Amino acid sequence: MRFLIFMKIKINGEEKQIADGLTVIGLLESLQIRPGRVVVERNRDIVPRDSFGATALAEGDALEIVHFVGGG
Amino acid sequence: MEDFFELAGSKYRSRLIVGTGKYKDFAETKRAIEVSGAEIVTVAVRRVNITDPNKENLLDYLDPKRYTILPNTAGCYNADDAVRTCRLAREAGVGKMVKLEVIGDDRTLFPDVPATLDAAKILVKEGFVVLPYITDDPITAQKLEDIGCAAVMPLAAPIGSGLGIRNPYNIRIILEHAKVPVIVDAGVGTASDAAVAMEMGCAGVLMNTAIASAKNPILMAEAMRQGVEAGRKAYLAGRIPKKLYATASSPLDGILN
Repeated sequence: MRFLIFMKIKINGEEKQIADGLTVIGLLESLQIRPGRVVVERNRDIVPRDSFGATALAEGDALEIVHFVGGG
Repeated sequence: MEDFFELAGSKYRSRLIVGTGKYKDFAETKRAIEVSGAEIVTVAVRRVNITDPNKENLLDYLDPKRYTILPNTAGCYNADDAVRTCRLAREAGVGKMVKLEVIGDDRTLFPDVPATLDAAKILVKEGFVVLPYITDDPITAQKLEDIGCAAVMPLAAPIGSGLGIRNPYNIRIILEHAKVPVIVDAGVGTASDAAVAMEMGCAGVLMNTAIASAKNPILMAEAMRQGVEAGRKAYLAGRIPKKLYATASSPLDGILN
């Protein structure tokens, strides 16, 4: 029997618990964020959009999920 | 007559660049930008609100196929943050043109010139098309051009102040020396301010607050479009010299006596 294990990561400065082994795309889906409209930075490195599915998150990761907003 | 605004190898019909901040909603943003005729629009890069991810996104209202999206580095107070923001923006897939602003102080929002120069060097090396917001200083403008910036964008007055061009003489000196487009960025208050910048020979004007915070943003967007167009045409037409005394418009011959 397999237990669901959680790991702690930081998303946009906030501590979050997420399922172990979650990928970037999995995380975005769980947060209901459309992947086509955001850019993700993991531990200060940009995660290319076509690698969202292949990038598994790890305990202690710091993520930034950004998008465009109104500005001058 | 055909008159295109050429910037970094692209041709635009409009010489008005508009921001997308401070509107009451995305629908108003979209409408104001349509009426302004702008083809280049600035946006900011910010964290997604993960506890309440807004389903609507600015780009749902501004089709990147129709508009050239110009991400800015607003809110960055050092070169590293500005470069980081530009890299994130580029990854969004809207091109490599960025409005570089490295702010030096939150009361004036004047740029930190040395930090702007540092960031510009890195960004140009990384292949970005850099449009830097700067003080109205001809030396800084020259340095940024030498670094390889695609334009220079001296402020008319502090961001959001609406004071208009406070130092037209410096802008004139910048215009005389610059080989890249000079775009007046920030401080425009009303349509005549935009017209003045264009009459002086600026290649374009960038503004946000003057439209978005007007009582009627849609009507002001139209006024700004016309102000920029009128100023550009007056520049191309060549104004008359200023003279102290009158010269009659009606013929002096044939006057009844």
